[in-house]
Amino acid sequence: MASVTALAGTRYRPISGRPAFVWALLDAMVLARRSILETIRVPELIVFVAIQPIMFVLLFRYVFGGAIQVPGGQYVNFLMPGIFVQTVAFGGVTTGISLAQDMQRGLIDRFRSLPMSSSAVLTGRTVADLARNLFTVVIMLIVGFLVGFRPGGIPFEFLLGILVLMGFSFAFSWISAFVGLMVRSVEAAQSFGFIWIFPLTFASSAFVPVATMPSWLQAFARHNPVSVLADALRGLFHVNPALTAADTRWALIQSVAWILGILLVFIPISVLRYRRTTAR
Amino acid sequence: MVVDHAVHAEGLVKNFGRVRALDGLNLHVDEGSLLALLGPNGAGKTTAVRIFTTLLKPDGGQARVAGFDVVKEPDRIKAHIGLAGQTVAIDEFMTGQENLEMIGRLYHLSGKDAKRRSLELLVQFDLTDAANRSAKTYSGGMRRRLDLAASLVILPPVLFLDEPTTGLDPRSRRQMWGIISTLVAEGSTILLTTQYLEEADELANRIAVVDAGRVIAEGTSDELKQRVGGDRIEVAVARDGDLGRAAEVARRQLSSDVSIDSHQRRLSGPSRDGTRQLASLVREFDAAGIEITDLQLHRPSLDDVFLTLTGRQAEEEKTSEPSRRWARRAS
Repeated sequence: MASVTALAGTRYRPISGRPAFVWALLDAMVLARRSILETIRVPELIVFVAIQPIMFVLLFRYVFGGAIQVPGGQYVNFLMPGIFVQTVAFGGVTTGISLAQDMQRGLIDRFRSLPMSSSAVLTGRTVADLARNLFTVVIMLIVGFLVGFRPGGIPFEFLLGILVLMGFSFAFSWISAFVGLMVRSVEAAQSFGFIWIFPLTFASSAFVPVATMPSWLQAFARHNPVSVLADALRGLFHVNPALTAADTRWALIQSVAWILGILLVFIPISVLRYRRTTAR
Repeated sequence: MVVDHAVHAEGLVKNFGRVRALDGLNLHVDEGSLLALLGPNGAGKTTAVRIFTTLLKPDGGQARVAGFDVVKEPDRIKAHIGLAGQTVAIDEFMTGQENLEMIGRLYHLSGKDAKRRSLELLVQFDLTDAANRSAKTYSGGMRRRLDLAASLVILPPVLFLDEPTTGLDPRSRRQMWGIISTLVAEGSTILLTTQYLEEADELANRIAVVDAGRVIAEGTSDELKQRVGGDRIEVAVARDGDLGRAAEVARRQLSSDVSIDSHQRRLSGPSRDGTRQLASLVREFDAAGIEITDLQLHRPSLDDVFLTLTGRQAEEEKTSEPSRRWARRAS
């Protein structure tokens, strides 16, 4: 290295006079961009984001599809909404893993020493993960269509379904953010992150009708947010003739209530936790 | 009105559960100087830095940084400091330039200014060639330089460097020392923590030795060295028979307080006027026909200072606890 002879530089003045919520938004955008760049540049993440969901669609469609009977319809139509919900729930786990990684690498300490909005690291990350999950869902829709998924109904209902799905993705990212900030190591974020997602997604109506489960499990599976959302999507996509309009409406209301409830709890506690956290 | 130091701490206390990380830490850093916080792992150095940079709240005591209170005005402090922590805090998947621009944006510089400043820093830190490569391809030394550059984006009035050369090879360490010396020469105010006595000696205007959450000694490098006695001259002779005559010469030249190690054929004594006494000793030994195999002027290192200081502390407390704790940390 050519030895550094002079480090005197230009001192630029920070922008002043903008309200805090504007900075919260602008800072979050800077950090969301960072997270999205990471997703694009890391080959392993592309596997997680695109290839793994495609594999799930194909495996369930062709391996289990023949064995699983759903009342009054084709399994591929029953499966796709369920697999969407499962995918965004699993995708949410990465939020916590990434935050734990930032903590281990000292990035959170650096961000916390900067005069930036204290919610921006979390909103930036969760918004980036939302965008990534949307990308995954689009890919799965295409693959689903190729293997026989045929949603009915009007475009508004279809878009409403995708919107609620994205709301769920965002809410799960915030739960995961809190877990990541609490456990503080990548390995722990991985195991703690998935350990509650597995029973939640599999003991649900995501892959099989709840009626096929033992009765003690049915009680859990029926009220599980994953089931509620999967049923709401099936209703909105008109892929399950067993669901009446009233069933769909009720499932939709419950789904939105879950999303809002989770966000209302986990956004404030995650931001509070972030303000107090440091690397070990 | 009391003049504010760039960093001023009084009686800082921080507990983690039952462990007392800081136990009444007092220190101040003068504007335009570098204070090295020197101590072993677990002495409380990083905890102190985390309190000054508002990452942690103290349980007791007071601290001001750049004139602002760490508990009451953390947001004001953040706009006046730079921090390079123990781990290199850069995004692996972004390029060097993207990293610096991001930090600039988060200090709320405009996009244009963030870009101009990052280009300036890339030149100064000799990272121009690597500016558009992702940081994960950087060597250890380059990462540290990028990390330090990131802490200088706003040319902060107060800079905190927490063990900035840990894990670097000797060459990269020298480079970092060069950069830090330049910063000090240009008037930066820096609080640096280190486990390397050599590093504090090389860079610091003043050194505060920390152990078990307190400053146990403070002063310039020379002042601390004087606490373990001044320079000493050591001589080794070739033949056993010459040892007695050599000691006589040494007593005449140095002082009556000459210690003799007959097993190693060495003797040593305190020196007030190091190099000149070395020369006259050589002449006298030569004239007396005493063949010497080694002759050196031994200046006490900060290692000596540290051992003296912590050794005394362990004695004063008259329990085995501090020394046991010391042994565990040292291992």
